[in-house]
Amino acid sequence: MALGTVDPAAGSTPSLRRGRRHPGERIVEVLLVVAAIVSVATTAGIIFSLAEPAFEFFREVSIVEFLTGNRWTPTFSDKHYGVLPLVTATVLSTLIAIGVAIPLGLGSAIYLAEYATERTRRLVKPVIEVLAGVPTVVYGFFALFGLNPILQKYWPGGDAPAFQNLLVAGVVMGFMIVPTVASLSEDAMSAVPRSLREGAYALASSRMQVAVRVVVPAAVSGIVASFVLAISRALGETMIVTMAGGLSSDSVIFNPIKAAATMTAYIANVSQGDIPVGTTDYNTVFAVGSLLFIFTFALNVLSIRLVRRFREVYE
Amino acid sequence: MTTLSRAAGPTQAPTFSLTRKRIRPGEIIFVWALRACLLIAFLFLVWLISYALYKGWDRLDSRLWRFMPTGRISRIETAGVQSAITGTLWVILLTAAICMPTGILSAIYLEEYADNNRWYNRFLELNIQNLAGVPSIIFGILGLGFVARRFGLGFSVITAAIVLALLVLPVVIIATREAIRAVPQSIRQASYALGATKWQTVSRQVLPAAVPGIATGSILAISRAIGEAAPLIVLGAVTYVTTNPNGLLSTYTTLPIQIFSLLSEAQAGLQKLGAAAIVLLLGIVLLLNSVAIFVRNKFQKRW
Repeated sequence: MALGTVDPAAGSTPSLRRGRRHPGERIVEVLLVVAAIVSVATTAGIIFSLAEPAFEFFREVSIVEFLTGNRWTPTFSDKHYGVLPLVTATVLSTLIAIGVAIPLGLGSAIYLAEYATERTRRLVKPVIEVLAGVPTVVYGFFALFGLNPILQKYWPGGDAPAFQNLLVAGVVMGFMIVPTVASLSEDAMSAVPRSLREGAYALASSRMQVAVRVVVPAAVSGIVASFVLAISRALGETMIVTMAGGLSSDSVIFNPIKAAATMTAYIANVSQGDIPVGTTDYNTVFAVGSLLFIFTFALNVLSIRLVRRFREVYE
Repeated sequence: MTTLSRAAGPTQAPTFSLTRKRIRPGEIIFVWALRACLLIAFLFLVWLISYALYKGWDRLDSRLWRFMPTGRISRIETAGVQSAITGTLWVILLTAAICMPTGILSAIYLEEYADNNRWYNRFLELNIQNLAGVPSIIFGILGLGFVARRFGLGFSVITAAIVLALLVLPVVIIATREAIRAVPQSIRQASYALGATKWQTVSRQVLPAAVPGIATGSILAISRAIGEAAPLIVLGAVTYVTTNPNGLLSTYTTLPIQIFSLLSEAQAGLQKLGAAAIVLLLGIVLLLNSVAIFVRNKFQKRW
């Protein structure tokens, strides 16, 4: 009786089995699905906008020549379309970058996960993460005008580094990806159960032994995932290598103190130029872009798999 | 016991004792090596910021708010970057308006509505994780092929905003999902027990509780979009723009793009202006990052 007066709009036959219909609920669900589809459409759009002009390019240039040729001179009169100079420069700058980022990032992660107090961690972590938030033009500026003159001045060997070179671009890029390595590695190490550490301490292990022989091996898939993600970041980074790495791409260069264009630097450089749209030369952008997309896609899938593995084991 | 530990005190007598740990020199070196890693990364950041300040200090004044003169070389001293500042504002406000609702709604779908046993939902999740790792310059190519050409929006403010919004969308989605996941199940159950529908539960209980996490993620996403230059370069933004945008389809330039083209100039005066613009850009980005950390530490509830 009292119940009936609470909600007179509920109708004459109140029932527990069936709720009121809410047409708004359906509309909301449709909206949510539409929003979720945006990200799928983005991927589809990326693949389509890369593939269409890339196919056009490969009608003119054979894939074998593209992948194995060691001269890249689309803007010269004597045209060659071998992508190897761009790939070597990309690999070289990436190797330098992870050579900086892996020791620094892993060292920071071990300290934060195993040694730092909660207070230190809360204070230090956001500061280090700022390195990932600094705009890349700022890094490019610093590499070109701040770091490289010092490098040239104090270079021990005979040949000083060029005005633009892969070494300085790679080193600065390495600092940019330190937080990528540090955050994910620290997450993985923090996910290692306490019991493993306590077991090792009970066997009279020291702190370093626990960190190096127990925690790091237990978190290895997460740590490797952070390396893979860092490599993918370095491959795709554009502004630092465009500004400080150089733009020459006519032949394969293995010397990191020389200027050379990476894949991304080439794309950025050609997009600024005035090559007519639709020509084979213009379509090089999409061929190189497709290759870059395939590289980073493979690395991303690998890192996602690795992360999933450490989540499955300990969480 | 007391005599023993006193004997093994500062004199380091070779007495074997259970109360005293062996000191391994390797341990100490190891800890200091780890601290050095953090310190090097930190000092690099300090160096970077102070170098930008040092280079741009002379030009860091109200002249920044002037227009770029049309004859570039003639009046370098009075040149400013007003069109880049207004351009950044236009592009970023639009980016936020596009990516925040889309990202938050996608995250709600994935966390509250999607059935994770369905292959298409797992595919959706994998797709978002992968998009987060696609190089930004590739998004520029997407913008070139689809937004600018096929949709016919050209090289305009709205094209830039759409491309940047798609670029940072995964950041918003992943942060929002984490925030929603952290809301305890008991709150949802209580809401259902009071007769609320699913959407009522989500919109009146779950989302308000997740606001700090969503805000933190969105601010970081916006901060990333502000500093992004590579996709806009592919979209042909490095042209000489001296006017403020006046509509969605107008031409534009942004701070990172303006900085890039100023630094490519040979004149020292223009490079100085570029450095001053860098300080401004760094200031904005660092401020946004601090706000994000503040929001996370201050308002995030731990259940």
